[in-house]
Amino acid sequence: MIDNLNFIYPEIFISLSIMFLLLLGVFKKNSNSLVYNFSIIFLIFTLALIFNNPLQSNIYLFNDSYEINFFSSFMKILTISSGSFVLIASSRYLRIFKIFQIEYSILLLSSILGMMVMISSNDLIVFYIGLELQSLSLYVLASFNRDQIKSSESGLKYFILSALSSGLLLYGCSLIYGYTGSTNFIIISENIDPIKYGLTFGIVFILVGLAFKISAVPFHMWAPDVYEGSPTSVTLFFAVVPKIAALTVFIRFLYVPFINMIDQWQIIVIFLSIASMIFGALAAIGQKNLKRLVAYSSIGHMGFALAGLSTGTNEGVQSSIIYISIYILMNLGLFSCLFMLKRNDKYYENIDDLSGFSKNHPLISLSLLIILFSLAGIPPMAGFFAKFYLFKAIVKESMYFLAITGLLSTVISAFYYLRIIKIIYFDQEKEKYDSDYSIGLKLTLSLSTLLILLYFIYPSRLVEIVSRINII
Amino acid sequence: MNFPILSSLILLPLVGSLFILFVKSDSSNTHQSSKYVALFTSFVNFFISIYLWYLFDNTISEFQFVEDKEWLKGFVNYKVGIDGISILFILLTTFITPLSIIAINNSISFRLKEFLIAILVMESLMIGVFCSLDLIIFYLFFEGGLIPMFLIIGIWGGTRRIYSAFKFFLFTLLGSVLMLVAIIAIYWITGTTDVVQLYEFGIDWKYQNLLWLAFFSSFAVKTPMWPVHTWLPDAHVEAPTAGSVFLAAILLKLAGYGFIRFSLGLFPIASDFFTPLIYSLSLIAIVFISLVALMQDDMKKLIAYSSVAHMGFVTLGIFTLTQQGIEGSIIQMISHGLVSAALFLCVGVLYDRTHSRLINSYGGIVSIMPKYAVVFMIFTLAAIGLPGTSGFIGEFLILLGAFQKSIITALIASLGVIFAAAYMLWLYKRVVFGNLINKELFKIPDLNKSEIFILWSLAIPTLFFGFYPEPLINTIEISIQDLIQMYDLNLSSYAEFNGDDLIK
Repeated sequence: MIDNLNFIYPEIFISLSIMFLLLLGVFKKNSNSLVYNFSIIFLIFTLALIFNNPLQSNIYLFNDSYEINFFSSFMKILTISSGSFVLIASSRYLRIFKIFQIEYSILLLSSILGMMVMISSNDLIVFYIGLELQSLSLYVLASFNRDQIKSSESGLKYFILSALSSGLLLYGCSLIYGYTGSTNFIIISENIDPIKYGLTFGIVFILVGLAFKISAVPFHMWAPDVYEGSPTSVTLFFAVVPKIAALTVFIRFLYVPFINMIDQWQIIVIFLSIASMIFGALAAIGQKNLKRLVAYSSIGHMGFALAGLSTGTNEGVQSSIIYISIYILMNLGLFSCLFMLKRNDKYYENIDDLSGFSKNHPLISLSLLIILFSLAGIPPMAGFFAKFYLFKAIVKESMYFLAITGLLSTVISAFYYLRIIKIIYFDQEKEKYDSDYSIGLKLTLSLSTLLILLYFIYPSRLVEIVSRINII
Repeated sequence: MNFPILSSLILLPLVGSLFILFVKSDSSNTHQSSKYVALFTSFVNFFISIYLWYLFDNTISEFQFVEDKEWLKGFVNYKVGIDGISILFILLTTFITPLSIIAINNSISFRLKEFLIAILVMESLMIGVFCSLDLIIFYLFFEGGLIPMFLIIGIWGGTRRIYSAFKFFLFTLLGSVLMLVAIIAIYWITGTTDVVQLYEFGIDWKYQNLLWLAFFSSFAVKTPMWPVHTWLPDAHVEAPTAGSVFLAAILLKLAGYGFIRFSLGLFPIASDFFTPLIYSLSLIAIVFISLVALMQDDMKKLIAYSSVAHMGFVTLGIFTLTQQGIEGSIIQMISHGLVSAALFLCVGVLYDRTHSRLINSYGGIVSIMPKYAVVFMIFTLAAIGLPGTSGFIGEFLILLGAFQKSIITALIASLGVIFAAAYMLWLYKRVVFGNLINKELFKIPDLNKSEIFILWSLAIPTLFFGFYPEPLINTIEISIQDLIQMYDLNLSSYAEFNGDDLIK
């Protein structure tokens, strides 16, 4: 038992560092910046600890309730690295908004800890604990800029709706426990009796709860308001990091215990996927606020990721994972550009504020152009390959309806991405924005842009890594 | 042949555009230097492609200069190569690009650097389309071309540029995504997207009709065929001259090339099945669009509509599935590339001087711009298809092919030739002859040196190939023979399989 603890060193380390940072913040005055920098360093160290584990191992801990394998390690690496990029990119923003406080990075770390628990969970209770740790930290983060009404509103809204969905999810867990006699994924899969319809109800409740977490239609209502109201750095976190963990749980929940009940849940996932793709594309067209627009576009992108899941094959799952990895990259780049829209310590977040941006800031506009075309899925950007693998997996299962709906919604969503490009490149210019970017921001933007643009030169690497994830 | 000559053709313009990107942009001096860089790269590319033509062996039908490298492991290879059909399009691309760069004089006054980058990126993508031998690679280049063209129309176009740019982008994207599904479906049906292997093994006839339609939806938008042609006049009218030249001369050829290479090559049975559809759409394009062209009062719009009509001839010729028809289509495409580019340049010359594209603001140009009148006449006659110009060879061969298959089709198509004469000559008459009424026209100068150079370098091949089309025909002959042989073989085996005589 104790021997196996070394596999969860990353989790242990991150918990200890949260406590350490809390103490440091309390006992040392003016330690905001120290805590912030330390949390980045600790995250990177956690990353190293994950790499330290033998990646191919497949280990069950704590009475099979916690699983460490290549899949979970990969998703944790994604979570932590995107989390640290969020921290790296947003320090200047927090300072200007005067919310550069110790709690910010500590809450962020604890929500990442919650996600790591979620990703590795092999048991409904462990999964629920991770989910709640993650969500509770996010509620506070959403309302972190508490002097602003919008931020408080978004935190409260998120809390109420999320609590409701957690309730549904918990109810689903209890139903599943009632019909199978266990909370452990493996034992559940052994005790499935498809004749018991209560089990299907349980699955549906849990799917609803999870769909809420990744903001899939029709459980997306919170997303636009929360995205708009939260501080931009938190929005970036919302748009990227929790999705990874929630998608992982989605995959594990559907494919480990309930793969044999695919005929029960497949149609639900397909519906969620199609509704999200179409709604995300249509609703984004009328938006004026960039953060709201990102909210709708992320709804659409989640629809695509779910489309991969609905196939019920390893290839589908792999394509979803590739999709979400590239999606993270694009969103990091997009938000770095948002952080650059600053003039005299005021941040601008309307689409019209980008008007004629390319005249004064040609290089940033160029990278924004690349990112937006990539989000629209135009080759040869990385976003195209994300969609390509996805459709490859979908068409293989002859789900042509899903494929064609997905592609048509790609065309619709291309419209609003083009609209932003039009505003950047075709419209009259406005005043110049400040150009004193922090190094972290420049690093994030240039790294993500280059990866997106040059992905086509050597596209096999990511596929190779992901193809080692065989969930079934 | 170890040197990767095709890849270097694709890469060179990209390298050039990188150079331009890092030229500092502040003074007019740097504008000149970035223009020289662009010109230099595109001329080097042109000479490489001429050398390629020289090396090209037109006695064999196999793909030559093939490069095959692993790209997406175990799935897609980066495979390029050319045969007689594609080399002419590559030549056309590399020939038109430097000319359109020279044509940028004062018409593009701002952001010249970005414009040159867009043109060069466009060139390399177009060369990529014409030599890719894998469906996925083809799609990559095919779609990638949307981005620079969207920017060219949107940034440097006229007043309604945004509307046209969006229309262009969304129309073509909608067409192409269906093609993407079809390509993926082909992969799962046959296990490969390699064109050469697909030629060899063929695709099960059960799937061909649907796949053909998916490809058709993309090519029909790009051709453009009636009724999805409406983006073209808008895009042309608003694009700057250099952009129009590029659009008309090269981008419109993608679809024609795609029909020959993919629709005929991969889905012979479906092509046979859908031939009546193509015939009727082509005839509508030829007759109806010609009548529409007759009614235009904007010169650029008129030429844009005439392009649609000419492309109608091209699709008609391709689907006659005769040696003459397909040869005619390819020559028609090359000729249209030269002639329409030149006509847009001619309009551009007038537009630069008076900033009007309306026909009725001109008249009597001949007395002040005699040199211009001569060149304009050559291209007007070439657009009509007068013997002695390359347009004639193309249209004649297409009609010859059509007569073998269906006399009525050929008769209706010949009407198009008459209409073309009507609208082109009427345009010429109204612009060049008549009384010089508009006072503004008195002070406009005749062609300057660079304009003379561009227009005559388009006129010489137009006339040369009109009198002596042998080099073109020799290049494409064997490849087309092979294609038709393969097509007939497929069809007869299908007929045998089904026990009926479809061939009749």
